[in-house]
Amino acid sequence: MTGTRDVSTASAAPAPVRPRRPHWLLTPSSWTPLQRWGVTALGLVLALGATFLLDPYRNYLLAVGTAYLCAIAGLSLLVGRTGQLSLGHAAFMAAGAYAFAFTSNALADESVPSLVHLYAPFLVAIVVAAALGAVVGIAGARLHGPYLAGLTLALVLALPALTSLMSDVFGGDAGLYVSVERRPEWLSQLIADEQWQAWVGLGAAALVLGVLAQLVRSPYAIRMQAVRDDESAARLSGIDPRATRVTMFGISAATAGLGGGVLAYVTQAASPGAYSLSFSLFLLVAVVIGGVGTLAGAVWGAVVLVLVPELTSSITEALPLPAELSQRLDGNLAIVVFGVILVVVMLVAPRGINGAVGSLVGRLRRRRP
Amino acid sequence: MSTVLLLLGAGLARGAVFALFALALVLIWRATRIANFAQGAMAVTAAYVAYLVLIGTGSFPLAVVVVLLAGAGIGVGVERGLMRYLPTASPLNAIIVAIGVVMVLTGLLGILFGADYKPISVPFSREPITVGSLAIVSPYTLFVFVVIAVVVAGIGLLFTRTSLGLAMRASAFDEEVARLNGVRVVRMRTLGWMLSSAVGGLAVLLAVPTELGLNPHSGDLLFVNAFTVAIIGGLDSPVGAVVAGLGVGVLLTIVTTLWGATVGPIAILLLLVLVLLLRPQGLFSLRKARLA
Repeated sequence: MTGTRDVSTASAAPAPVRPRRPHWLLTPSSWTPLQRWGVTALGLVLALGATFLLDPYRNYLLAVGTAYLCAIAGLSLLVGRTGQLSLGHAAFMAAGAYAFAFTSNALADESVPSLVHLYAPFLVAIVVAAALGAVVGIAGARLHGPYLAGLTLALVLALPALTSLMSDVFGGDAGLYVSVERRPEWLSQLIADEQWQAWVGLGAAALVLGVLAQLVRSPYAIRMQAVRDDESAARLSGIDPRATRVTMFGISAATAGLGGGVLAYVTQAASPGAYSLSFSLFLLVAVVIGGVGTLAGAVWGAVVLVLVPELTSSITEALPLPAELSQRLDGNLAIVVFGVILVVVMLVAPRGINGAVGSLVGRLRRRRP
Repeated sequence: MSTVLLLLGAGLARGAVFALFALALVLIWRATRIANFAQGAMAVTAAYVAYLVLIGTGSFPLAVVVVLLAGAGIGVGVERGLMRYLPTASPLNAIIVAIGVVMVLTGLLGILFGADYKPISVPFSREPITVGSLAIVSPYTLFVFVVIAVVVAGIGLLFTRTSLGLAMRASAFDEEVARLNGVRVVRMRTLGWMLSSAVGGLAVLLAVPTELGLNPHSGDLLFVNAFTVAIIGGLDSPVGAVVAGLGVGVLLTIVTTLWGATVGPIAILLLLVLVLLLRPQGLFSLRKARLA
């Protein structure tokens, strides 16, 4: 009697409903390269449109933020994907900024087409920063952890010394004035200068995010991860750890260089003071706050990096303080706040804002029946 | 001749400070496998505490005692308060948290004391003693040498001749075996931080009158110099740190005398790149700990 189970129920059961696949836009991990470029372009268009809603000062902040974003995105992948900690990415931004300044100033005297004057300096900024990054990357290719961190720290501390030593080239502490190509004639009726700067910055950021998004989903990303997790195992699998590290360092320096170029374009200046050790550490803080190794986290980090100093300086201005104290608070307060945030995020939520948002979304999804 | 002797004296004095600071780095590295990037800021904070005592009482010996105590206290605070709770997922986390400590400390020092350099007066002449017609070395430099020699010898004795030193070496060498043999590994780690932080603070205090000047950012460059020294010596080797420290001190003094003080950071960067390219495990390291 064991075999007389009622089999009819099985056949009477309704045909299994295939789970409805979510729209492809909602599953970024399955995007094809073309779809990724499409989404990047769409995001860029939306962001360009959004600049019409902002006043000039906020557009200026947005432009500065996109410059930060370029550097933060590259640094985030460097730290998160290949496990190389750089404390000196401000130096690569500075390399980009100075390269931009030299090229743009040289082209201003020549009668070149305005498109060349606009784009060529950015190209030179990327190339110069990538070259410097490759040199430092080769010196640090066999190193990890504290060794590379110390090397990059020495690099960013040597920067002011270099600019004051060769002050006839780099303009000393005051830096260089950058003569830039303004917005095209036909646009000048439509948008203000700050908005155009935001457009240039958004274009650069979209380029960086688009390229890095392709990189993250490429087979190369798996090599980087292998090098980070176990160098010996990676080598046994036929991966060259040194080449992988140098390449990633070069890419991340190139994005930082583009960021420095954007900053030089927006502020029309390239000076050592803008790329101090503190700023270099700020970039790391932004990476950690957003979520190490993720591009969405880099966007969060750039937002925080722009807003917190704005917030602290408006607080110090609002408080009725003696002039000397408010001068001391100015700048230093932001450093303290960033330091506290860095420590707290590391100890409490090491995956940053992006990780926190991700787990929140996951929890909401699971709760839904 | 006199210039050469003076340069050598100044270089060795500078190098002694580097050696002491690098020794502090090596102590923590051996005890916990953490390169303490906050060491400069922690030491400068201890030096500011000593500065307050110095302007309050005017007693330099008391300031030396205070800097040791304050350094030890800060070391315990950072280890017990932060480093103990690190997520162990990545070895980079310790560096990132240390960077956070650097930012908090330098920012707070900037708010409390401002960015200007604080003078520290010492009860020793800084004019060189002359023997016959040769100017050799200033009394203050001599004092720095003696103090550092005593501290280095003391640390050497502690690690090689006492049971406490043996326990600290054991827990650094193999945590698990040490614990099985009854060594209180956690306590040893805290002791390592205390010792290292106190030594670092002393190095900064001794360097302030002649070399550094007391400023919230004094520790930045000193840290990079001492880090380079520690790498050259091999992060594992206390003897290496001392020898490399003296060597780098003399080298840096010669370079900055020839081409000016601004060349210093560039020279250190080039030296670091050179060492990392040619001999990344350091001159005195026995093991190849750095690869993979």
